[in-house]
Amino acid sequence: MLFYLCDMVHRTVITPENTDSNYWKDVWRFRGLCYFLAWRDVLVRYKQTAIGIAWSVLRPALTIGVFWFIGWFFKIPDEGVPRIIMVTAATLPWQFFSSAFSEAANSLIANQNLLTKVYFPRIIVPVSTVIVCLIDFLISFAILVVIMIFLRYTPGWQIMLLPFFLVLALLTAMGSGLFIAALNVKYRDFRYVIPFIVQFGLYVSPIAFSSNTIFASADIPDWAKVLYALNPMVGVIDGFRWCITGGEMAIATVPFVISMAITALMLVVGVRYFRRMEKHFADVV
Amino acid sequence: MIKVENLTKEYILRHQNDSRYTSLRDVIVDKAQNIFKAKSSLQADTFLALSDVSFDVKQGERVGIIGRNGAGKSTLLKVLSRIVTPTRGRVTIDGRVASLLEVGTGFHAELSGRENIFLNGAILGMTKSEIQKNFDAIVDFSGVERFLDTPVKRYSSGMYVRLAFAVAAHLEPEVLIVDEVLAVGDAEFQKKCIGKMKEVSNADGRTILFVSHNIAAIRSMCEKIVFLEGGKVVAYDQTEKVLPLYQGVLKEGSTNGISVTATPESPSGEWETGTDLHIRISWEKYRFDPGWQCDIACYTMDGTKLFAIQSETFSTFSSLDKEHNGVEFSVKNMGFASGDLRLDVGLSKAPKEPYFFVVENCLMLSPTDKGLPEYKRNDVVIIPQTTCKAINI
Repeated sequence: MLFYLCDMVHRTVITPENTDSNYWKDVWRFRGLCYFLAWRDVLVRYKQTAIGIAWSVLRPALTIGVFWFIGWFFKIPDEGVPRIIMVTAATLPWQFFSSAFSEAANSLIANQNLLTKVYFPRIIVPVSTVIVCLIDFLISFAILVVIMIFLRYTPGWQIMLLPFFLVLALLTAMGSGLFIAALNVKYRDFRYVIPFIVQFGLYVSPIAFSSNTIFASADIPDWAKVLYALNPMVGVIDGFRWCITGGEMAIATVPFVISMAITALMLVVGVRYFRRMEKHFADVV
Repeated sequence: MIKVENLTKEYILRHQNDSRYTSLRDVIVDKAQNIFKAKSSLQADTFLALSDVSFDVKQGERVGIIGRNGAGKSTLLKVLSRIVTPTRGRVTIDGRVASLLEVGTGFHAELSGRENIFLNGAILGMTKSEIQKNFDAIVDFSGVERFLDTPVKRYSSGMYVRLAFAVAAHLEPEVLIVDEVLAVGDAEFQKKCIGKMKEVSNADGRTILFVSHNIAAIRSMCEKIVFLEGGKVVAYDQTEKVLPLYQGVLKEGSTNGISVTATPESPSGEWETGTDLHIRISWEKYRFDPGWQCDIACYTMDGTKLFAIQSETFSTFSSLDKEHNGVEFSVKNMGFASGDLRLDVGLSKAPKEPYFFVVENCLMLSPTDKGLPEYKRNDVVIIPQTTCKAINI
């Protein structure tokens, strides 16, 4: 009975301008839905596959293999750390970002039947897909642990800061994902742009090589170094590497601040644009 | 309590650009052209799906929303359930709202029945503990307990619908918004659902807004009715007062200069057993071309086809010429007893061609068995002509 008395107070006001006076309260109220959508995606993802959840490990493992081979073949400098650890420490966050970004960006289209039939704060949909990717990341993190045990490699104290960089990767994926998701609802062109962004990002992020090589190189002009640092994943991946392999981070401090600033900017722009477009989603999707 | 004030929803129709998606290229090209031209090439035309709709619903009332196809019923429900934003106006709703615009929203084919109960419940706004509390009741109501761990893609469509309804029937909001969802279930299950909704509404003082084409369901469920036509409220009053108004409108349908009426012969205005119903189709003079085909089909409210009439079986129709501007079919009620029937009428230029004129769902009839006072069975659709004689074997 008390339950009903409390809820009696709940009042919804619908007007053209504001449906958002208690938007974040609503997001909190619907957190259960966020959990269930993520749970659905996890359950569904590997249904009717023969090796199931092993795909979460196999996919990044294959990518790591390729990058390790490229690094070894082209003799890219490894800075005194086992190459396989260098590569893994960069591939895992990159995979997390790329899957979180592209799935968040496509999430509204994939769930359009929900958008037109029930109300909930729309931001729940991309957030739940990012959570799924986070779970995938945690599973694939086992690869790194296994490699470190196998090579008897002990990371330094810096590994304690890994969650911070994970959050940074998450926010980067979130900001960009929300922005593209909102655009994607109206302009389906972005369906084709997303794979391109991901592919392009792979080349300009320090996965097969190290940022230190770039910043230390005398052949690369300064403007190109700034341009390189504008990629928010540079800061994230450098941070991951630093957490696991330790070593010098000093050279990369300025680029790291630039990357963080870009992440913050993308998050603000992404959330605001998403919020602005949100009320028309059901009309245009 | 629900208070709707001057609610308007405007849609922009694009004439030139018919594609489903707006592509970025179109927008860029259009913007570029705008620099040189005063007027946009995408001629915008507006369509008022709702215009100035106002009404109040008190707590605990069950209100039906009726109107023809395209009258704005679904748009109204979508605005009330916050799926689309209104263009103008204001709605105030006190209490937690749950809306059921589709059966099984968010059901995932790969997931089992058990998993889908949780997922669908969460989508409809239930918390995990609410679902757990009602889980047994839901399973019981749906009658699929044996298949609870089977993926729903292996369910029969009936089982699927029953499970979906069962979840929805156990929603516990203060305000429940229901669109024409009962139309897909079988008659018995529909009754069960309506019974359940009435029960919870009576017990907990729950407010229900209910859209349906099923007049019998509306009649048994709702105390008041909002009658919409062309996005406007035509009437909002007690069910007994509004239903006749609505049925009156439904006896006529016309578009593009072709109109259809269905008038019972009997002076009471009802299609009594043993009397004729005159279905009159008329068009502008000289419009008729020899070769026209006319099909009429009659359905019960739960979608069972009762009879169909094809014009090719009538020599009168084949011998019509340009001078005639109408035709009248007379159909005898051989004993249609059940509540409401609907008629669909279609005209085509030649056999097997698509209809160029269609009235669907538009004509509503209420045949009665007044001619046969002995029979008072509401659940019987057809009373066949029957005789009875004594025999000795």
